[in-house]
Amino acid sequence: MNYFGWIQLALFVGLLLALTKPMGVYLTRVLDVDGKTFLDPIMRPVERLFYFLLGIDPKNEQDWKQYSFSLIAFSLVGALFTYAILRLQHLLPLNPQGFGPVDDHLSFNTAVSFITNTNWQSYGGESTMSYFSQMVGLALHNFTSAASGIAVAAAVVRGVSRNSSKTIGNFWTDLTRIILYVLLPICIIYSIFLVSQGMIQNFKPYETAQVINPYTAQVIKKDVNSQEIKDERGKPLTEERKVETQTILQGPMASQVAIKMLGTNGGGFTNANAAHPYENPTPLSNFLQMLSILLIPSGLTYYLGRTVKNQRHGWAVWSAMATILLVGFLVCWWAESNGNPHFQALGVDASAGNLEGKEARFGIFNSALFATVTTGTSCGAVNSMHDSFTPLGGLIPMLNIQLGEVIFGGVGSGLYGMIVFVVLAVFLAGLMIGKTPEYIGKKIEAYDVKASVMFIMVPVLSILGFTAWAAISSWGLAGLNNAGPHGFSEILYAFSSAAGNNGSAFAGLNSNSYWYDITLGIVMLLGRFFMIVPVLALAGNLAKKKLVPPSEGSFPVTGPIFTIILIGTVLIVGALTFFPALSLGPIVEHYIMTHSSTLF
Amino acid sequence: MNSLISQIRISLVATIVLAVVLCGVYPALIWGIAQALFPDKANGSLIMRNGKIIGSKLIAQNFTDAKYFHPRPSSAGDFGYDSTSSGGSNLGPTSKKLMDLVKERVDKYRSENNLSPKALVPADAVTSSASGLDPHISLRNALLQAPRVANTRGIDEKALVEKIQANTDGRDMRILGEPRVNVLTLNLSLDAS
Repeated sequence: MNYFGWIQLALFVGLLLALTKPMGVYLTRVLDVDGKTFLDPIMRPVERLFYFLLGIDPKNEQDWKQYSFSLIAFSLVGALFTYAILRLQHLLPLNPQGFGPVDDHLSFNTAVSFITNTNWQSYGGESTMSYFSQMVGLALHNFTSAASGIAVAAAVVRGVSRNSSKTIGNFWTDLTRIILYVLLPICIIYSIFLVSQGMIQNFKPYETAQVINPYTAQVIKKDVNSQEIKDERGKPLTEERKVETQTILQGPMASQVAIKMLGTNGGGFTNANAAHPYENPTPLSNFLQMLSILLIPSGLTYYLGRTVKNQRHGWAVWSAMATILLVGFLVCWWAESNGNPHFQALGVDASAGNLEGKEARFGIFNSALFATVTTGTSCGAVNSMHDSFTPLGGLIPMLNIQLGEVIFGGVGSGLYGMIVFVVLAVFLAGLMIGKTPEYIGKKIEAYDVKASVMFIMVPVLSILGFTAWAAISSWGLAGLNNAGPHGFSEILYAFSSAAGNNGSAFAGLNSNSYWYDITLGIVMLLGRFFMIVPVLALAGNLAKKKLVPPSEGSFPVTGPIFTIILIGTVLIVGALTFFPALSLGPIVEHYIMTHSSTLF
Repeated sequence: MNSLISQIRISLVATIVLAVVLCGVYPALIWGIAQALFPDKANGSLIMRNGKIIGSKLIAQNFTDAKYFHPRPSSAGDFGYDSTSSGGSNLGPTSKKLMDLVKERVDKYRSENNLSPKALVPADAVTSSASGLDPHISLRNALLQAPRVANTRGIDEKALVEKIQANTDGRDMRILGEPRVNVLTLNLSLDAS
């Protein structure tokens, strides 16, 4: 935890804080159908053309049921579209490597993964997906799932702020405006910047390099089913292979990576994701990638404050998110800096920390910060391998996801998730002090609390239920890369990541098997649509209510006390639910690592 | 029912229209600008020698000869440094397999570089990177390898250290990231002189 780390942290938080208001003001204009932006001269005609092609009246608002239906219909069509592209990959253009069709269960998993803004990678991008599949099948959803998330957040905020209204906006209008005015313009500038740092953007086949120092490598022999062949003593057999060339991947990467980060999608062009030197070439590109993950979620808190005409409430929500993020980060940074005592016992210099699965250009600080940011939000891109983190360092990313993806959260989903926690917080606080719970002039009643509790129960039940099932099934154990408590952590992380629509992984888990692809796919669907529908129901119900002017008896939703209550609600729900499971994984592993020489 | 069908029709049209703009126009536009402004970087920062591609500045290549600096260990692909199969070992902190690997690498590093059996070994030299393609090593790692390379090549160690420094990137904007030495460009500069 050195001096350079602290400066980078101050710079990061300072920039995030400075960008929150401008982004929030801009989002307020975009999410208002009559709002004016500086891009109007270019984008207005395009926007009108979109409405004409879609055949909709942008001012024709929907109630919560129609809004949900539009979103679900659009997602379903998108899923089928991507499934078809992946299955027919070998017949489609832009496939210079000649990749065959993607397996059916993997195609299902991947299509679901991208429409739900999860971007779980059971596939290795550079060895499975053609340029067409990446660009059309996958990157399309990087835009649309992000825009859908922001649209739902806007609908919920409208529900809170409107007085006796039946409608909460028009899904198609929101989708169009978010893509045309926010995502696309930022991505154009952002991708060019990424190329300037060394990221590739071309349509060429992979290059072959003649290596400078040819050598003979020992390769583990594998049979036709790619199982290791072992001798009679159980040691894997090896064969010699002369290495004279290196294949160097190519492709349209920058355009896809820009939206992958900005839309908190996280699905990498390559298997190594943002750790790959092409996908994250410099510490500067890394810094901006981290910032771009948080840009929209952070701006949305300002949008909340502005729309409900209580800016201090927006900042209170921002502070709650920032506090949990920073505390988690400090724990992760500390754990990774301290490193692994087993390494030190072998004579490894401890001062550099735990570098297994980390890149030299990023070091401990930037790996720990990236891991915390990518899991606090539902991004899921990684610039280091979380599977090789120390137990406590790896606990933080997992806990961040389990807290419900509200530590800034995914674009949109973070804000609507946090509003659910706000509703619960004012309800709990109201019960404690004997006041009628209300949230910015809206009485919180049984229906609202039921919808909120449903929202919270869905990920909890899916994570714990499916983890338990996998942990006692042969298909669940077959995918493990590590034994002992760390193996359990791999399973727990996978289902947390799927339910939280995060997409990062303890990537040793080989999840590209029939059962993992299907179960994780189901959990991703539950974690997206079974949460969006209750939250839109909540929005619809709040919108219907009359706004009551605040009185002496209203519970304040600003200031430090509210922030603390909000943090408390998030932590109590998350901690109470997941503490037992975490004890079986990272917590017990921490004590095994520090207090014994047991290895698995 | 009518409204349900109309929503599905809008979904279909929206998917197609958006696919054209976001998956056709947008990546093509970025491709055009990138190829015009940064042709070298957009095509992978490739290094050519005698008209042949010999690697990329950003992608680690393995070096095993004593006269070259060695990169970090790699878990990418069956034998490492496979740029079509990027990734880390994904072995956890209490993995026996990982500790065996690290022990083997520590012993090898000490014997190759003539270090005492108690000498501390730089962490980046014995741990595999996240991508398996990390093109960099730490400055300390490079300096510990310098005597071996100088001896094998019969060159002055001081001149070699200057070469190392010439191939070292500092922190970006003096603040971000870590100082690091590019192994491939350093080795090429040795061959060139």
